[in-house]
Amino acid sequence: MSNYNEMWRSLGLNMEAHDRLLQALPPTYHDVYLTQPNRPQGLEYFDFVVNEIHGLRIQELQEHKQNGGKVIGAFCVFVPEEIVRAAGGICIGLCSGIDIGAAEAEKVLPRNICPLIKSFMGFKLAKICPYFESCDMVVGETTCDGKKKAFEILNDYVPVHVMETPQMKRGRDRELWLEEVRDFARLVEETTGNRLTTETLAKSIREVNGKRRALRRLAELRKNDPAPISGLDSLLIEQIAMYDDVERFTGKVNELCDELDKKVQTGEGVFPSGTPRVIVTGTPMAIPNWKVPHLIETSGAVIVAEELCTGLRYFENEVAEDAGAMDAMLENVAARYLGVNCAVFTPNTGRMERLVQLVREYNADGVIHCALSFCDPYAVEANRVEKVLKEENIPLLKIETGYDQEDAGQLKTRIEAFIEMLG
Amino acid sequence: MYAGIDIGSRTIGFVVLSEGRVALSRLIDTGFEPLGAAKNMLTEKYRRVVATGYGRHAAKSHFADAVITEIKAHALGAAHIFPGVRTVLDIGGQDTKVILLDERGVVADFQMNDRCSAGTGKFLEVMAAALGYGGMDEFGEAALQGSGGIKISNMCTVFAESEAVSLMHRGAAREDIALALHSAVVERTAGMLQRIGLTPPLVFSGGVANNRCIVTLLAEKLGTKVLVPPEPQLVGALGAALAAAKEQH
Ligand code: SF4
Ligand code: SF4
Repeated sequence: MSNYNEMWRSLGLNMEAHDRLLQALPPTYHDVYLTQPNRPQGLEYFDFVVNEIHGLRIQELQEHKQNGGKVIGAFCVFVPEEIVRAAGGICIGLCSGIDIGAAEAEKVLPRNICPLIKSFMGFKLAKICPYFESCDMVVGETTCDGKKKAFEILNDYVPVHVMETPQMKRGRDRELWLEEVRDFARLVEETTGNRLTTETLAKSIREVNGKRRALRRLAELRKNDPAPISGLDSLLIEQIAMYDDVERFTGKVNELCDELDKKVQTGEGVFPSGTPRVIVTGTPMAIPNWKVPHLIETSGAVIVAEELCTGLRYFENEVAEDAGAMDAMLENVAARYLGVNCAVFTPNTGRMERLVQLVREYNADGVIHCALSFCDPYAVEANRVEKVLKEENIPLLKIETGYDQEDAGQLKTRIEAFIEMLG
Repeated sequence: MYAGIDIGSRTIGFVVLSEGRVALSRLIDTGFEPLGAAKNMLTEKYRRVVATGYGRHAAKSHFADAVITEIKAHALGAAHIFPGVRTVLDIGGQDTKVILLDERGVVADFQMNDRCSAGTGKFLEVMAAALGYGGMDEFGEAALQGSGGIKISNMCTVFAESEAVSLMHRGAAREDIALALHSAVVERTAGMLQRIGLTPPLVFSGGVANNRCIVTLLAEKLGTKVLVPPEPQLVGALGAALAAAKEQH
């Protein structure tokens, strides 16, 4: 790893704080990931990527930049990756799942704010994230109030382009969003110095759809009992999807799926067949936030799907590939993104309907709703989820927790008791 | 013989079942070496040992055959002592749990308090000490003599303690403050029970069930009978022993 020191220094990282982050990761990764039983071979690549999370991939981004390419960072799955790629840029997710920069962040943010917001602010202020420091532009959105206002503050440290994501999904909201997507396309052209063409956009739509399709293939395989891959490993792949090279990643996910196909045929799984199956829903779990899934899968259940933005919401629907003209293509792009069932929308009935369907499709025994502490959209919407699931007689456990480990013991008891109920 | 052991933050309960009957039961303080203390309680050879309580996983890696959560243990234990029970309230040293059972005595829903000790055995202990009472029993009996009118507005152990102390300085009667503190715990507990949809019969287990004042106030507040087993602190261990006996065919 040490051979990256030069690169990190040149990115202006705070080397001391960054070291602390790098030291925190491997033991956690070992305990949470490498101790899992029956892991498929194909995960080697993803283990490697995590190992090189601040190394090789950052080096690739630097090489891309040296060749005149641009890097654009995003905090939400609403930012259309295909537009960035079509202009020769690389789009990466900047969501952060660890509370290392919290003290710095609290200089500018209230204490009682969602840990995800605190985390990305802390990463920027403390200069510990090489992805953040590699960005030529970062893109915010007007999803939840906390993020919306935090971007004003973040803008003091790095220019933030804010996209207005609507709060409803009516015709006028779709028009507004389409306008935002068009503006974004123009801005990306300016930033990269490359014009979007129908060829490049069509190609990048196909490529990003390919990534989504591979992830869907993986998701489909998890419908089997026994599940051929753990929820933790699936989550990891979904987290990596947000910053890895699109085509390489797609290939590796497909390779893994080939292996899993065989396992399914021979009835091999990570846990014995008949293990209680749960679906996790709620706020996104940004890398390396594996807290709740780890507790679930070490308490006798297997996670078969994540109704999360680091999960199904990220890859469930595709951009239609039927358009030939630029305008129509951008319309297709905009339409795809409004299909995401985020709790910032009102009403968000699509999420409840989908959840009930997922429980049936994946043969799940129960649902665990995880909201990050102080996340109003999801914590409040948990009530809507509860109402619908109750009507359908689907067991639900609601959890609100942050990035700290203080409540791990209590959470474990609650999760275990919930799984006892399912069994 | 089947054994159940409940390793809690304050006490360790131990129950041995032989031919479906309780052959032995013991309760000791957890102390500073819970695992060693627990192990010493196992004096014979048992067909199966099931552990519960916060020390259950440590017990499993050392001597127990299986674990169940406190939720399941209290449900099993309470349903054994009071067949037909539909709601179990357990207030232990560190947490409060409310459990709803279905007609068959199976856990249908449950809730636990948040991460702090508000309203638990720990809370009452700290308050008893702050008011200078020798122990929980003395504290509860004194509260029964108190008269109402004072209200404690803080449920945080630290803030409630300073509130109680400042009431004393202002000349309020000790037993009145004691009553107010008990009422605060009951308010909070009743809220949890109502949220989960309290269905009688209600069984109250855990160390705090020994406090007569809490039991009386709770019955008044809820307008329902509160059933307290003879040894409320052993309900978890009994449940674990029952689980041990059940799983072995
Ligand atoms: S939860 Fe909502 S705001 Fe967060 S990434 Fe998903 S769509 Fe964006
Ligand atoms: S987790 Fe909730 S509060 Fe935090 S950024 Fe996402 S939507 Fe906003």
